[in-house]
Amino acid sequence: MLRELRPVVSLVIVFTLLLGLVAPLALTALAQLVFPFEANGSLIRVHGKPVGSALIGQEFRGPQWFHSRPSALTGTNAKGQTIPTPYDAAESGGSDLGPTSKVLISHVAARIEAYRKAYGPGPVPDDAATSSGSGLDPDISLANALRQVRAVAKARGMKAAAVARLVRRLAARPAFGVIGTAHVDVLRLNLALVKRPQA
Amino acid sequence: MTLHGIGFIALALVLVLAAAFPLGAYLARLYRGEWRFFAAIEAPVYRLCGIDPTRQMAWSAYAVGLLLLALVHVLLLYAILRLQDYLPFNPEHIGGMSPRLAFNTAISFATNTNWQAYAPESQISYGAQMFGLAVHNFLSAAAGLAAAGALMRAFASGGIRTLGNLYVDLVRITLYLLLPLAVIAAILLIASGVPMTLAPAAHVHALAGGIQTISRGPVALQEAIKELGTNGGGFFNANAAHPFENPTAWTNLLEIWLILVIGFALPIAFGHVAGRKRDGRALFAAMAVILACGMLGAYAAEAANNPILVHAGLAAHPGNMVGKEARFGIAQSTTFNIAATGTSTGAVNSVTDSYLPLGGLAALFMMQLGEIAPGGVGSGLYGIVLFALLAVFVAGLMVGRTPEYLGKKIEAREMKLAMLAVLVQTLVILVGAGVSLLSPSGLASLANAGPHGLSEMLYGWTSATENNGSAFAGLSANTALLDYGLGIAMLLGRFAVMIPVLAIAGSLGAKPSLPHSEGTFPTDGPLFIGLLIGVIVILVGLQFMPVDLLGPIVEHYLLLAGKTF
Repeated sequence: MLRELRPVVSLVIVFTLLLGLVAPLALTALAQLVFPFEANGSLIRVHGKPVGSALIGQEFRGPQWFHSRPSALTGTNAKGQTIPTPYDAAESGGSDLGPTSKVLISHVAARIEAYRKAYGPGPVPDDAATSSGSGLDPDISLANALRQVRAVAKARGMKAAAVARLVRRLAARPAFGVIGTAHVDVLRLNLALVKRPQA
Repeated sequence: MTLHGIGFIALALVLVLAAAFPLGAYLARLYRGEWRFFAAIEAPVYRLCGIDPTRQMAWSAYAVGLLLLALVHVLLLYAILRLQDYLPFNPEHIGGMSPRLAFNTAISFATNTNWQAYAPESQISYGAQMFGLAVHNFLSAAAGLAAAGALMRAFASGGIRTLGNLYVDLVRITLYLLLPLAVIAAILLIASGVPMTLAPAAHVHALAGGIQTISRGPVALQEAIKELGTNGGGFFNANAAHPFENPTAWTNLLEIWLILVIGFALPIAFGHVAGRKRDGRALFAAMAVILACGMLGAYAAEAANNPILVHAGLAAHPGNMVGKEARFGIAQSTTFNIAATGTSTGAVNSVTDSYLPLGGLAALFMMQLGEIAPGGVGSGLYGIVLFALLAVFVAGLMVGRTPEYLGKKIEAREMKLAMLAVLVQTLVILVGAGVSLLSPSGLASLANAGPHGLSEMLYGWTSATENNGSAFAGLSANTALLDYGLGIAMLLGRFAVMIPVLAIAGSLGAKPSLPHSEGTFPTDGPLFIGLLIGVIVILVGLQFMPVDLLGPIVEHYLLLAGKTF
């Protein structure tokens, strides 16, 4: 028993130094040198000011924006009540609601109604009325984005065809048909809208 | 289901299985001590730690060493978590963890479970992630691989009482396998957008107004080893669903590969070390068949979508997107989660609690099978070897001969130990979940009502006991009952299997190797593969069938009938 104690304790110490300090610090230094943008969270800057991360979604309200997916994140306010904090990237997570949960079904039904009111009748894209796993999903499906085109174009006084072209240009498509999905990054899409002349 | 989805599953499996052969051969040479290119690093480590690399250890010394290693892990990690506010690299000024949660978390990482009863963004400092959690990800993976190595050598030797040197195994596995692969993977992840920084959270001016706080940190290395070492504890609460842990479909594929590749390389390495390559490939085939069925099953279940929501107006395709990320869709989400429950990883890129009943059942069942498809690094191999012993025993009963496996006679002692290892896990899961559901505290932890609540508790105990770490995450696990109860379940699930396996290795190693004869039951062909899968599914399926029926299966039929809770 005691014979094994010294090698075990010293191995843990050596490995803590090697794997817990030397390796991550060396890798951090390398990352900061070679991939400074990615290593610091892919922050997008406009006029030098960070406006978001290329990988993290944001909440958009109002007809002039493309809308992100619902986010299930919650926080507590000053009075200690639980309040929704969509796309608060200081935390992350999904709703954890099961498929037979009344709460889930009433949430989704309300989102379906709001979506149809904004973008017209018909089946609602699955991603548009369901919250994501991270609560920070930066993307929406291409089908969802295209459904929102007409309303956004109208609110911005742009031609629907021009906005649809923009969506298709920014959309990612699956590599070799199987790796990835057809989706659009909402923050990038809305940034592109802002940068375009209002015509 | 679409052909594209099935195509993804096929692609992921082919990439893993093809890599397993060369990696298995590499691992075999590692276990035989043939790699020497880091000898210049090894020698000073041995000197510093007082390790005699030529010492040969019996199974009992291996067991004592591995138990002590876990004990030292738990104590050190407990101290780090409790004291993290006094330790460096804590830019968000996160306070020390509560004793109960630190107890649970320390055991969880020392047993390769990585159950997340905490929210890392607000409860774990960068420092505790780096020199606490990540170190234990490496070491608990190396411990599992060392135990597997001891078992392999037992089959290779004829009449030897020693199984190798635990400490040399731990050092070599880390230096020659885990660290290099993790560093390469981490660099690929960083290039794809996974952060590796010591800077505090970013505060940005969101496009539509307001300030958005974005948590980040030294994520990439932790991410790489958490998948490669089949640990699974996330840097973020959402685990690999978080865009900073898993930003693209390419990183998703890479992480699936990392989760599975060592697990599938091990039976190949076993075949090499034991000098029975075909028998190693038979274990490999059984693992692959079970995993492929699990992946296809989970994909089919989730692609079917929730009938209540479709009735309410959701599109029927692509499928159940509740808790899934748009960049992954259905097939790439389910494939990841099944890879993580077929191993002991437990990482998730989508919310298992929100899976449809049969999709959740697929993940649950992969764990209930004992995580042998391909299982955690090390534990998957010794787990399936236990089942192989049971399979030859069953075959031996049918023909009335003393069973043999790889030339070793399987006798009463080995069978008793194997049954102990298999039964302890089931006992802990069923008793633990049952007792929790009878207590008011356990019921208060449930987030969902109806049969889904039963599934939540069952999944939690299964995950802890099988050292998986994934969860039906609605379960509020940070309670006295579950922090302590699941902590003990993790210890039993780890060591009530590992120690009997080492004892079996000790007794098999001491037996002479019998020559192959006419009467030997072949353990390298399709007949054996079928028998092995049958033993695994029937043995385990029968143990868990009643409770699985009451949870996910009942929920499935209630869902079809439109019943909600």
